[in-house]
Amino acid sequence: MSTYRAALRDGLRDALAADDRVLLMGEDVGAYGGAFAVSLGLLEEFGPERVRDTPLSESAFVGAGIGAALGGLRPIVEIMTVNFSLLALDQILDNAATLLHMSGGQFNVPVVIRMTTGAGRQLAAQHSHSLEGWYANIPGLRVVAPATVHDARHLLAAALDDPDPVIIFEHGSLFGLEGDPDEGGSSASLDGAAVRRSGTDVTVVTYGACVHTCLAAAERLATAGISVEVIDLRSLRPLDTETFVASAIRTGRALVVEEAWRTGGLAGEVAAQISEHAFWHLDAPVGRVAGVEVPIPYAKHLETAAVPQVDDVVSAVTELVR
Amino acid sequence: MTSGPVAGPGGNPDLDAHPDVDPDARDPLLLLRQMLRIRRFEERCVQLYSDGHIRGFLHLYIGEEAVATAVMANLTPDDAVVGTYREHGHALVRGLTMRSVMAEMFGKATGCCRGRGGSMHLFDAATHFYGGNAIVAGGLPVAAGLALADRSLGRDRVTACFFGEGAVAEGEFHETMNLAALWRLPVLFCCENNRYAMGTALDRSEASTDLALRASSYGMPAWSADGMDVVASERAARRAVAVVRAGEGPVFVEFETYRFRAHSMYDPDRYRDPAEVEQWKARDPITALIDALRSAGTLDDDEIASVEASIAAEIDDAVAFAESSDPDPVETLTRWVVSDRRTQGDTAP
Repeated sequence: MSTYRAALRDGLRDALAADDRVLLMGEDVGAYGGAFAVSLGLLEEFGPERVRDTPLSESAFVGAGIGAALGGLRPIVEIMTVNFSLLALDQILDNAATLLHMSGGQFNVPVVIRMTTGAGRQLAAQHSHSLEGWYANIPGLRVVAPATVHDARHLLAAALDDPDPVIIFEHGSLFGLEGDPDEGGSSASLDGAAVRRSGTDVTVVTYGACVHTCLAAAERLATAGISVEVIDLRSLRPLDTETFVASAIRTGRALVVEEAWRTGGLAGEVAAQISEHAFWHLDAPVGRVAGVEVPIPYAKHLETAAVPQVDDVVSAVTELVR
Repeated sequence: MTSGPVAGPGGNPDLDAHPDVDPDARDPLLLLRQMLRIRRFEERCVQLYSDGHIRGFLHLYIGEEAVATAVMANLTPDDAVVGTYREHGHALVRGLTMRSVMAEMFGKATGCCRGRGGSMHLFDAATHFYGGNAIVAGGLPVAAGLALADRSLGRDRVTACFFGEGAVAEGEFHETMNLAALWRLPVLFCCENNRYAMGTALDRSEASTDLALRASSYGMPAWSADGMDVVASERAARRAVAVVRAGEGPVFVEFETYRFRAHSMYDPDRYRDPAEVEQWKARDPITALIDALRSAGTLDDDEIASVEASIAAEIDDAVAFAESSDPDPVETLTRWVVSDRRTQGDTAP
């Protein structure tokens, strides 16, 4: 057994040990041990060249990660939270995601960018948003969101093996999650959603921390005789359309759950794809449970009310099967 | 125009005493030839733009040719270059073929980026030419990263990073100057100060306009050079490259220059006094070098005619090549959004 945090650390350690070209860089990844203690001990193990503390210069150190990738390294760049990544958005969009195409295929950018995302820790409106969907909108990026200890442990290796930029979203409320890092094998693919619970009545499509919310809802709904299939997208770009559409066709009902704001969100994209490909098999309109359209507030009861909870998912599923 | 080093907090090495500095300047005839290639190429581009063969933005380097020519003369084939959207000259002098650059501007499959980049985004892996960045200051962090990789992998390589003085207003400039100095990365920062960021004069956007002084505040050697004098620029670049290559960290050189043409083909050029433009044109780096060589008796009319003729032939060939090349089929539109290795299932590293 391992925590999600320790699994991330083990993945980093393996990557650093396996390939001299790999380095970890970001704010406080070294001497501090990582803002969320993910990289604790790695500086001592690998030294300051491989575990590199950076100034508070998101654009420069993300851009330097991109340049280092162009130059033959395999950098892992850590950004403390998704909100801070906006300071580096020029580098991520205009360089990392674009150089391969703009150069006519000459320059691929094998950089991995990790960042925390999401609410649940009372960190308020500048540390708690879920902007994964913004990144998933960008051609040229691969975007993944490990929801389990296994994926936290193994997605990094797959990301480093990819020739193109990969963004990894680690939900802040999952760091203490416990699980078996090798349940389901000792590797992971960047491609493909995972069916986390099989069911026959309703398909629930989600990712990240909401996977656990939905699994808890499915457990409760089972006692009411409703069989819910929970699909963890894992990859937010590209989407594994085949898996969730096949499930929706089988169950005839689909709900999409995400923590991010509803308008223009990834849940809307998944719902649209289900409508496009499974419409004639559906017994009800595709449902959505998403974050309330408000900057994430500090107070616990307000924060809780702003993002999907088990009750919200139970209600939405119950509505779908009524 | 100043050419002496600015004393910064990091201190300046004794540049002239550096063992790698060759006291002999590069062959001025080669410098002249390269400047003329840029000038004549871009003059043809203006015609081709008017005729509709080239579209989009077209930012001309006319008047600034001495800078790229001087810096490139001091790079080895293994060094790396990061440029801006005003980079035709840098690409040509760096060694991209005129054919591949012209075909790119025609949007053809034989262009250096197969028509994906155009005038603002020229790239070439063979010559380590990393663009062609059209976000002001957007190339600076990438240059720092390339230099980080070089040092980590033990490569003896300099990354020359070009940008205009407008970049100094961007946060990415300051973040990168600090990072490069902090990590002592082998980057040569080449600031092409042509005095206007589009239509905004430097003293209308910066409280302090001494760019070398500001760069030196980050703890790296920094100085200004006369960017209208290719010999002076070449000497400044040579000293700077020697310092960077010796592993002494980054160097900043401000090349004081001027663009004779408007910012782009869309610019009516309302913000400059025509008399100012004429004053700078009187310092044309190409004319100045020709005059100096003539006075020294090392260049005659026949030689000039011969150089001009060979350049004209090179341009004619490039235009004919671009015109006769095929565009990439629309079926290839989404190629290189992700690497072929993924789309084609090839798992080779």
